[in-house]
Amino acid sequence: MVQILFFFFAALAVGAAINVLAQKHVLYSALSLILMLTAMSVLFVLLRADFIAMINVIVYAGAIMVLFTFVIMLLNIPRDEDGADRLRWLKFIGIPLGLFFLFLIVATLWNVDPVRLAQPELVGSPQAIGRSLFTDYLLPFEATSLLILIALMGAVVFAKKDL
Amino acid sequence: MIDYLTSSDFLWTVIKVVVIFGAVMNVVGLLSWVERKMMARVQMRPGPTRVGPFGLFQPLADLIKFLFKEDVIPLNANKFLYIIAPLVSLVPAFLTFAVVPFGPSFQVADLSVGLLFVFALTSLGVYGIALGGWASNSKYPLMGAMRSAAQMISYELSLTLSVVGVLLIANTLSLRELVVSQESTWFGFIPKWNIFLQPVAFMVYVISGTAETNRLPFDLAESEQELVAGWHTEYSSMKFLMFMMAEYANMIAVSALATILFLGGWNGPMFGPALLQMVLPTFWFVLKIGFFIFFYVLLRSTIPRFRYDQLMKFGWKVLLPLSLANILVTSFIVAIS
Repeated sequence: MVQILFFFFAALAVGAAINVLAQKHVLYSALSLILMLTAMSVLFVLLRADFIAMINVIVYAGAIMVLFTFVIMLLNIPRDEDGADRLRWLKFIGIPLGLFFLFLIVATLWNVDPVRLAQPELVGSPQAIGRSLFTDYLLPFEATSLLILIALMGAVVFAKKDL
Repeated sequence: MIDYLTSSDFLWTVIKVVVIFGAVMNVVGLLSWVERKMMARVQMRPGPTRVGPFGLFQPLADLIKFLFKEDVIPLNANKFLYIIAPLVSLVPAFLTFAVVPFGPSFQVADLSVGLLFVFALTSLGVYGIALGGWASNSKYPLMGAMRSAAQMISYELSLTLSVVGVLLIANTLSLRELVVSQESTWFGFIPKWNIFLQPVAFMVYVISGTAETNRLPFDLAESEQELVAGWHTEYSSMKFLMFMMAEYANMIAVSALATILFLGGWNGPMFGPALLQMVLPTFWFVLKIGFFIFFYVLLRSTIPRFRYDQLMKFGWKVLLPLSLANILVTSFIVAIS
């Protein structure tokens, strides 16, 4: 059962991810991305990371992508007819970068220690994540929130210069 | 979460799913009658009286009418998105009931992150309205969809943040444990409901919940006088019905969540024989949901609509700071005691 679900949603996620690039219309790309994020959340659930799965949907699929689709709809961006032409030079950067990320993923998977995941039900729970965020990873956590705050203030300054 | 697939009794789960889904479907139909009848009584009208006793079969008649109406798709509409949009708003609305505990043992899945699950589904519900409005390729629906999306994003923040105070007290995200945490009483007669501990959060939640379900006084998205019917102007027959069902299902879901978070869920006086005691928790739960629905309908029939800028100002400058202050005070008190 779990394996059937995994393969179904993994295929869905990969298919949707490819569709994001293949679609000519920006809105369809955005919608495919939402589908991909939702499918990925199911994969997180299968890995017993319930909290991350839900946060993934709330933050990315539910909040950030809403803003994306909002902007696309508001601007009513036309079909990207000459998109392939304009993005020709991107493949010289894109392909090496993609290969580099593939290498990173393989390298990470190679070094994963399966013994450390002996009690997976304790890893993904909100309590466990909260505890590690506020003990082991306190500094990166606070630094990230400071960064977000700065970005937020920057956005306000840009939008309302004469506030 | 995954354990529910592998370990729980499959047949029993299917039965619960069928019962809850069927009940919600029927209540959604009944709600349209309740709303029309109550609105009518407030305005000194009789309301629907023709079909069945007290017009009780009116939803059935409406359903048949919806089924036989012509299904119009505008010529310049984006067909795929136009057809899929009602589904996108209906499915998350109904999925919410998968985690709602109707009674101590009457719940499909008790997720450890149940509350987040509900919020995730609520946040996905925006797409149905936004896509429906955009795909219609028409002015009024687009305006309605834009307003609705902006409104839901703004009020979702205060909705989510208002709940944090309750979570700080209850120390859990599971809806079932949230109800259990409110089981006991103070001095033997005041129930230990979170509404007494978190009155500010309750107020913020109820207001943002009304806005989140696009109900009056926050129904800017479909304000009849300005936008005809807002985002579903172009929709007809079954697709329109699906949007309506999603709206009512969302209303029940928001009320159910308010009951679980602030009014002690299924907790209530227990008496009588064993058989009655099995039914009573669900009865109390449904009664409390009914209270909220009564409140929402009364609100709709008595309060005029907000202006758009007032709505945004109220959300960002009143509700959001209020819920943030509530979190600050609550966490301070929790940390001390």
